[in-house]
Amino acid sequence: MKNLRRTMLYVPGNRAAMVKDAHIYRPDTLMFDLEDSVPYTEKDSARMLVYHALRAIDYENVETAVRINGLDTPYGLDDVEAIVRARPDIIRIPKTDTADSVREVESAIESVEREIGLEVGTIKLFAAIETPLGVMNAPEISRASSRLVGIALGAEDLVTNLGTTRSEEGIELLYARSRILFAARAAGIHAIDTVYSDVCDDDGFLQETRLIKQLGFDGKSVVQPHQIELAHEVFTPTPTEVRNAERTLTALRAAEERGSGVTALDGKMIDKPMLARAQRILELAAASGIDVNRELL
Amino acid sequence: MATNGAGREIPSRVPGIDGIRPYEGAYAHTPLIRREKGSRTLPRLNKLVDTLEDAIERTGLKDGMTISFHHHFREGDVLTNQVLEIVANLGIKNLTLASSSLTSVHTPVIEHVRSGVIRRIVTSGLRGDLGDAVSRGLLEIPVLIHSHGGRARAVESGQLHIDVAFLGVPASDLYGNANGFAGKSACGSLGYAIVDSQNADKVVLITDNLTDYPNTPFSIDQDHVDHIVVVDSVGNPQKISTGATRMTQDPRELLIARLASDTIAASGYFEDNFSFQTGSGGAALAVTKFLREKMLEREIKASFVLGGITSQIVKLHEEGLVKRVLDVQSFDMDAIRSSGENRYHTEIDASFYANPLNKGCVANKLNVVVLSAMEIDSAFNVNVITGSDGVIRGASGGHSDTAIGSGLSVIVAPLVRGRTPTIVDSVTTIITPGESVDVFVTDHGLAVNPRRPEVEERLRAARLPVYTIAQLQEKAERMTGKPEPIKFGKRIVGLVEYRDGTILDVIREVV
Repeated sequence: MKNLRRTMLYVPGNRAAMVKDAHIYRPDTLMFDLEDSVPYTEKDSARMLVYHALRAIDYENVETAVRINGLDTPYGLDDVEAIVRARPDIIRIPKTDTADSVREVESAIESVEREIGLEVGTIKLFAAIETPLGVMNAPEISRASSRLVGIALGAEDLVTNLGTTRSEEGIELLYARSRILFAARAAGIHAIDTVYSDVCDDDGFLQETRLIKQLGFDGKSVVQPHQIELAHEVFTPTPTEVRNAERTLTALRAAEERGSGVTALDGKMIDKPMLARAQRILELAAASGIDVNRELL
Repeated sequence: MATNGAGREIPSRVPGIDGIRPYEGAYAHTPLIRREKGSRTLPRLNKLVDTLEDAIERTGLKDGMTISFHHHFREGDVLTNQVLEIVANLGIKNLTLASSSLTSVHTPVIEHVRSGVIRRIVTSGLRGDLGDAVSRGLLEIPVLIHSHGGRARAVESGQLHIDVAFLGVPASDLYGNANGFAGKSACGSLGYAIVDSQNADKVVLITDNLTDYPNTPFSIDQDHVDHIVVVDSVGNPQKISTGATRMTQDPRELLIARLASDTIAASGYFEDNFSFQTGSGGAALAVTKFLREKMLEREIKASFVLGGITSQIVKLHEEGLVKRVLDVQSFDMDAIRSSGENRYHTEIDASFYANPLNKGCVANKLNVVVLSAMEIDSAFNVNVITGSDGVIRGASGGHSDTAIGSGLSVIVAPLVRGRTPTIVDSVTTIITPGESVDVFVTDHGLAVNPRRPEVEERLRAARLPVYTIAQLQEKAERMTGKPEPIKFGKRIVGLVEYRDGTILDVIREVV
């Protein structure tokens, strides 16, 4: 599992100026969109633009994902045909309601992989859950394919479907968020939260990002470059957290060298969850540009 | 010995003293003194003239002379066109137009050239239709492009001899003491106008705000002024200056500004009492925002900020982060207000600012400058005047002056604009030679001039994204492909004069 997906930056696939170098804003993942942000009249040109961009441009070490149109639309299959050939890291499936939706896309991807001689399973999957049915099926969706590396909440229409509206605290999304997170964790994959669309409200964005981080989410979808910095700040460990993580890992390293199976720090036993947490904190810290003892990573 | 006008015996020759002349009367040799001494009635002596026509006639303006204007009113200038209209109607021809800079409002100049009123143009920049027309061969004699410091040098040395300077001023008294920070057409610093007022043969002030005498503090002194005309309005206030220069919100420009600020901070030039200058917009101005954060963090104050002043700089000054402000051009209302109010916000003239041949201009004392670029090439030469299509649409300005004068010159620009790389094999027009350029900062990383290995070392040590300029060019061309070279005609339509008076480059006709 790739370690960091703190931010997924949406890039409309028909906007050449953004497509050509959105990686300069350093999100963890770039998500080129062929779906909802692209008008019907430009579905084909967006597909071609993203295809060529992925083939020609070096996005350096930023993960690349493409959100295709659903296979139930006139565009979905053509998207798969073209985009697999462009070899992004991930293909993101919109509006995933059932495990079968995932398997259908996987099957389409697999046949193109075979056709072009690409090792089957190279292209990974992300599934967006945007309906009540999708939320209820989250556990099955999460286990539907070995290619699936994460699921994301798409809350834009969901809230309307629920018969309510978006509130500041977001209680109406609590169940959807929790269920998606639990499903992701049970399947050992990432959970990404939805977009915060008021790009002028940085405080609101930060509040929501802190909430979902506390719930356990791995990251947030963002639509504007300046949101990347804000989100990364939230996911950046505090100096105290970093120090404790380094101490934990140092203690463990020392114990290993002694040949001892059990380690204690500050009178408490270091167990597997503590170790995993410490490693995660150190990785996050390093990715945020904090000076860490890289030997412990 | 002979008797003088006071009835005294004065020798006509004194060994060791030359040029003895006998007194001939209190009024005999001082024509400006009023004759009615002893009269208690007003008005007093003044230089007021009823109309611009009158003023022009009194200056003795003739065919073939050189006239000048300043550009402190920016896009709000109306005077240049007004005066030229009158000059044309008076049938005067073959003038040299020496405006410190020309903007998109000066389109009427095209017609004046075609009708023979104007024969030559000497200026820092051309924009809009006029720039386009000149690029396409409007003038028979090539336009002479100079930097701000170069113009001051030319004027003060006599190379650019101004016969009549027409200076619009926001406030003046009836004897010619003028300043720029009061009145409805306030423009702040009159830095470029001052040099003209001190060196032109005749100076005409035009104002829409006649103040009481004496109008202190003044930027232009009465002892340089010949005539004053009061008009309804010297400029369009909305276009002279904005309320406050707003910082860009463009994420790309902010990204570049942040990297430029990190570069300055790691360059070795960022220390207490350093001095700096930034451009007035886009990424160059936004650098101020990020630099401020670092100044607060590291408790560093700037000894002075130089150049075109905006509200962002005024804020830093009023916060105590910048000790002195040296203002050659005030860009917005905050800067104008501050120049009038703050004791340590000082107006300077263009010569003090950047004349390379006076006894020392401030540009020589600058530590860091942040400038923009339209194009830069592998030798770090910079073009800020001709666009990617070869048409003149910019100005030399203070670019070459501050680039060479500063300890560290930082050029900021996006790597690719639209679908055109900023880095080219060879710039269309050199305004600033590569020897004066130290670092080029883009949204994709930065490149250091090989002449500054110690700076490169420091930036690498700070883990900044340092590339060679060739690598950055390659990055750009992988996105855009290699642009076709622009086709020019043979005819030279412009000469680019370096600040020392030598010719640096030519601008050719666009076909």
